[in-house]
Amino acid sequence: MSTDHIVKSFDEDLRKLDNIIAEMGGLAEIQLADAIDAMLKRDAEKAERVIEHDNRLDELETQLNERATELLALRQPMAEDLRAVICALKTSAVLERIGDYAKNIAKRTIALSQTAPIGPARTVARMGQLVQGMIKNVLDAYVSRDAEKAEDVRHRDEEVDALHTSLFREVLTYMMEDPRFITSGTHLLFVAKNIERIGDHTTSIARNVYVLVNGVAPEEQRTKSDASSYTVVESPTKEGTAG
Amino acid sequence: MEIQETTASGVTAPAAVIAGAAEEPKIRTRGCNVFYGDKQALFDVDLDIQENEVTALIGPSGCGKSTYLRCINRMNDTIDGCSVTGSIRLDGDEIIDKGIDVVLLRARVGMVFQKPNPFPKSIFENVAYGPRIHGLVSSKSELDEVVEASLRRAGLWEEVKDRLLQPGTGLSGGQQQRLCIARAIAVEPEVILMDEPCSALDPIATAKIEELIDELRQNFTIVIVTHSMQQAARVSQKTAFFHLGNLIEHGDTNKVFTNPDNEKTQDYITGRFG
Repeated sequence: MSTDHIVKSFDEDLRKLDNIIAEMGGLAEIQLADAIDAMLKRDAEKAERVIEHDNRLDELETQLNERATELLALRQPMAEDLRAVICALKTSAVLERIGDYAKNIAKRTIALSQTAPIGPARTVARMGQLVQGMIKNVLDAYVSRDAEKAEDVRHRDEEVDALHTSLFREVLTYMMEDPRFITSGTHLLFVAKNIERIGDHTTSIARNVYVLVNGVAPEEQRTKSDASSYTVVESPTKEGTAG
Repeated sequence: MEIQETTASGVTAPAAVIAGAAEEPKIRTRGCNVFYGDKQALFDVDLDIQENEVTALIGPSGCGKSTYLRCINRMNDTIDGCSVTGSIRLDGDEIIDKGIDVVLLRARVGMVFQKPNPFPKSIFENVAYGPRIHGLVSSKSELDEVVEASLRRAGLWEEVKDRLLQPGTGLSGGQQQRLCIARAIAVEPEVILMDEPCSALDPIATAKIEELIDELRQNFTIVIVTHSMQQAARVSQKTAFFHLGNLIEHGDTNKVFTNPDNEKTQDYITGRFG
């Protein structure tokens, strides 16, 4: 952004919005990390804490809505300033959703900790780490108003989608080969879906940043490579079960 | 504790909330009525103005906001046939009292007008006149200091320090208005009244004055009449909405502009009636 406003308190008001977004982003990232960690370590207590902490994200979203409304009413922002306020409003809603998904992962973790451990959990954790990185980078792009960095995040979602598709097959296979894995497999599928959705949401934050900086929507639609919706895995023959 | 009072015209005007410590507001108005001859211009106005805040008075043309503003420094005295009744207290001192020294009052309560009106004197003299006349300084060097301090506070010093002896009328509109503000604050008032101070100025000059107002409120109490609701929203902490001589609503600026209590207020600020 260029020079400061003549009325300095206007700059302060805009900075406060950015600060809340940064806090929400950091918190969402931690929530996801903790939820995944709890899943890997089968730590139900840690999962409970993630569920509790989601309240803070909700509080921050309410705060941001109030401040943004105030700013619109009292400052009549134009151009870049107006886009900044709208971007903040949209992004805070998305970050709150991401928090909800992390909370849902934590809930499933509690169930998972009581069932048989299942291999693909590690792949899910890797998906989680990828998405964590995306959240961090998109928040960096937001704060520094870097449209290129934001675009880069948008494209990384391809990898997450690809992982999700292959994970889907993997878990289905596990469940078919051994019914003892059905409970944990099903929960894991939901967890993976939640992570995949977080990835999608992160790209919408990236889109918001692009619009904020450039004033127009990005040209190409992001590639949606999640094919899990179309995935069919043939059941093994009656006798054969892989070891 | 909030007191609701029904005025003569039947409109409910909430008396200002007095904080728990029952601190006297800077300017306390109760039952203020103003007549221009037979025509009543203000009806039973109750209003508290808090210290070190900017209070904006808004409303359509002819609603009484400027009339009310002029009560605070007894400028209505200069209008033939104008009569003011009720109580207006500045720091507890009754202003409408016949016995009050009006000249002294107008040093405590300064005013800045819509059209910048520097004296036909030098920039220096514009600012020096008031302190000299009121005997606020005892030496030339003290006067120089007061003039510089006032011009600095008005954000004008850097632009005029090398031409203090040139006529004030030679400055641009925005500079002239800042000169008038410097002139007003040179006599160390407690309150500054502003009657549409930016309506003759361009957006940049307006922004500079608004930034100045934001700085000044730390040391002064400011009441500003503006026909620009947007300016009222930007600049003030409290907003009072007048309509046809009645005070309709008064409260935190944020609340008035995002969620006003009175439907008339909402209609006005959303542009549903003028």
